Amino acid sequence: MTHLTDSPIDARALVAQVMRRSDGAYVLFEGVIRNHHDGRAVESIFYDAYRPMAEKEIARIIDDVAREFPHAAIAVVHRLGLLHVGDSSIAIVCSSPHRGESFGACRALIDRIKQTVPIWKKEKGPDGEEWVGWQK
Amino acid sequence: MRRVKVRLLCFAVLRDITGRAETELELADGTRARDVWQSLRAQHGQLAAYELPPMTAINESYASPDQLLRDGDELAFIPPVAGG
Repeated sequence: MTHLTDSPIDARALVAQVMRRSDGAYVLFEGVIRNHHDGRAVESIFYDAYRPMAEKEIARIIDDVAREFPHAAIAVVHRLGLLHVGDSSIAIVCSSPHRGESFGACRALIDRIKQTVPIWKKEKGPDGEEWVGWQK
Repeated sequence: MRRVKVRLLCFAVLRDITGRAETELELADGTRARDVWQSLRAQHGQLAAYELPPMTAINESYASPDQLLRDGDELAFIPPVAGG
């Protein structure tokens, strides 16, 4: 399974792919480009990745979370390239027979993906552009 | 002295600073990832504040900057990640 895409994310398709007839709930999380960051206006974000390592790292996180929430089914897609305000950068779907595991797994996934997956973003606004997290 | 060939990958801010996505390095046997970082720092003043690389990856897995580099390794320094 590939977890990275250069195209817009089809979240409904992702839900359809995950849902089983035994599932009574799903949680869909989408991260969306907002028009501000740290008090500055944002117009677009360019996402870059160390692709093969990012694929492996997302797969590793999914394996870990699947062990912690054994009844959850999981799908993750992260978009790369140039995105604009309102675009979704990531979609995570977790389904399970009961809602608790879906909520828990989804929260764990987004939190861990943000911590270790080698993906970077360059924010662009009227005042210029910069790589988020890099202290000059 | 024996030499090892290592492929250095630069992403995001590091690619902007070094101007290169990929560099073939020939290093003395016994070179550690952190030694490569120090030579990058010596070449690029914008890295001065980073005494150690933010994170290090060898062959697509996170590794210690103290790891010895072997012939054929793929080395990447990972700036602060910002996915999601």
